[in-house]
Amino acid sequence: MKAIDVSKVRADFPILRRQVHGKPLVYLDNAATTQKPRAVIDALAGYYERMNANVHRGVHTLADEATQSYEEARAKVARFIGGVDARGVVFTRNATEAINLVARAYVEPRLKPGDEILLTEMEHHANLVPWILVARRTGAVLRHIPLTDEGRLDLARLPELLTKRTRFVSVIHASNVLATINPVEMIAEAAHARGAKILIDIAQTAPHMPVDVKGMGADFVAFSAHKMLGPMGIGVLWGRPELLEATEPMLGGGEMIREVRLDSATWNEIPWKFEAGTPNVGDAIAFGAAIDYLESLGMEAVREHEIALNRYALQKLVGLPGISIHGPDEPAERTGLVSFADESIHPHDLATILDIFGVAVRAGHHCAQPLMRRLGVPATARASYYIYNDPADIDALAHALVEARNYFGTTVR
Amino acid sequence: MERPFAELDSLYREVVLDHYRSPRGREPIASPDVRHDGFNPVCGDEVHLALAMDDGAVRDVQLKCRGCAISVASASMLAEILPGKSREDVERLTEIFRRMIHGEAPPAGLDLGDLESLRGVAKFPVRVKCALLPWLTLREALKALSEGRESVDRPTTTEEEPQ
Repeated sequence: MKAIDVSKVRADFPILRRQVHGKPLVYLDNAATTQKPRAVIDALAGYYERMNANVHRGVHTLADEATQSYEEARAKVARFIGGVDARGVVFTRNATEAINLVARAYVEPRLKPGDEILLTEMEHHANLVPWILVARRTGAVLRHIPLTDEGRLDLARLPELLTKRTRFVSVIHASNVLATINPVEMIAEAAHARGAKILIDIAQTAPHMPVDVKGMGADFVAFSAHKMLGPMGIGVLWGRPELLEATEPMLGGGEMIREVRLDSATWNEIPWKFEAGTPNVGDAIAFGAAIDYLESLGMEAVREHEIALNRYALQKLVGLPGISIHGPDEPAERTGLVSFADESIHPHDLATILDIFGVAVRAGHHCAQPLMRRLGVPATARASYYIYNDPADIDALAHALVEARNYFGTTVR
Repeated sequence: MERPFAELDSLYREVVLDHYRSPRGREPIASPDVRHDGFNPVCGDEVHLALAMDDGAVRDVQLKCRGCAISVASASMLAEILPGKSREDVERLTEIFRRMIHGEAPPAGLDLGDLESLRGVAKFPVRVKCALLPWLTLREALKALSEGRESVDRPTTTEEEPQ
């Protein structure tokens, strides 16, 4: 395995040359969205410059090329998530839409009042709200795996939470706040033993480590391109083909049909059955270029790079006065981010001060309000790194944190 | 001193930090006429307001804010300036304050006291909502009061900023 050459990688990202408040940009908000390499920007522009046409059923050259490139992107996704059958790969707008599709089209019609859906206390709103909607419409009950004080799932509670009424389990693979990587294989096995199906939200892990969706025991997974070098506006639902085949479409329209009469219709094959209307061809193709880029680095190397950054960041931040860290201590148990609190400076103020130093972090509830309540904080500050970050970026963060404290004073509130 | 601080100083003026470190108006008040909560869903900041009126003017106010320096300072300054103000005074002041933190100069000759120190917020547009949170909460509370209600059925959020 070849280690990541950060300076070489950085040269591929035009945006990293820009300055913020007269300082070089230190971009540490990758869990929100990543920056795009030249290859992805070129793929997107290149599609519109040379190939733009509507896909499927077109006879002319451009339509044929666009269709082939679009389906090639689907094949790249299928290979990337563990060499699965591309028929199981549905393009959506983002991970959120993918989860909604499963909740609405697969799970909801199968629920009776009193049936249970099992989630966790560390979910992103994307994996909470769709289920709240489903529960409201069906009378199903939502249950949640609680957290330990170390920020892990309290799996000792799993046997009592997985009941004979549990129909579906939906869990985040790694917390976008705590960084905790959850033992989803074990949860999937327990769910299946109860006869329940499981969706795993891999939006925070697919960009950062090798994933094998079948190996982890998932029935469905959801993720977004923009968190892994691709453009915004394209995401993926993968489902086991036999489950997708047993699912009614959520949206109706062109592309998703086989035959339409005035008062009846039959559906296209999977995955197209779920892609009503003109799909986001350009972004899918650019997503394919993002996957090519990541594969050229190797996902093992991406993961190793992040574990090293985790180790460096945890060490560096723990050593700063007044700073405390959320989530597990062990770098290899975490995805590439760190949420932290300063005992005397509110995360919002902290983010404003860091921004003046060119350091982009996120402050807020990170779309995980129930988790904030569990942690007993209104918000956290979060630094999240990626392939173009190096220890110098963590040093810049630590320097800005010290300056923030000098500036703001250290009154403990 | 390093250059970045100059930019920060316009936001975090000494007066602002002083209100943040020792906020005024947090003590409970006797027999409030209306209570109301406000929150900023973006960052989780919260304001708890209790207001007692006397003959159309503010007699007493409690404004407890849990949040960033800007929202806490804004709440503290508001609590300080509020007693004695009529409902019309409050409406006028709210509008002047709102315009000021959007970059508009307050009317000449008007003494805004400590509130003036929040002018720098205008240069940090993402922080405007922090400064407005207590004011929007107050506005809703006064509206409830004028409609004869003692509380508002749902909290005010910073997503409800007018215009």
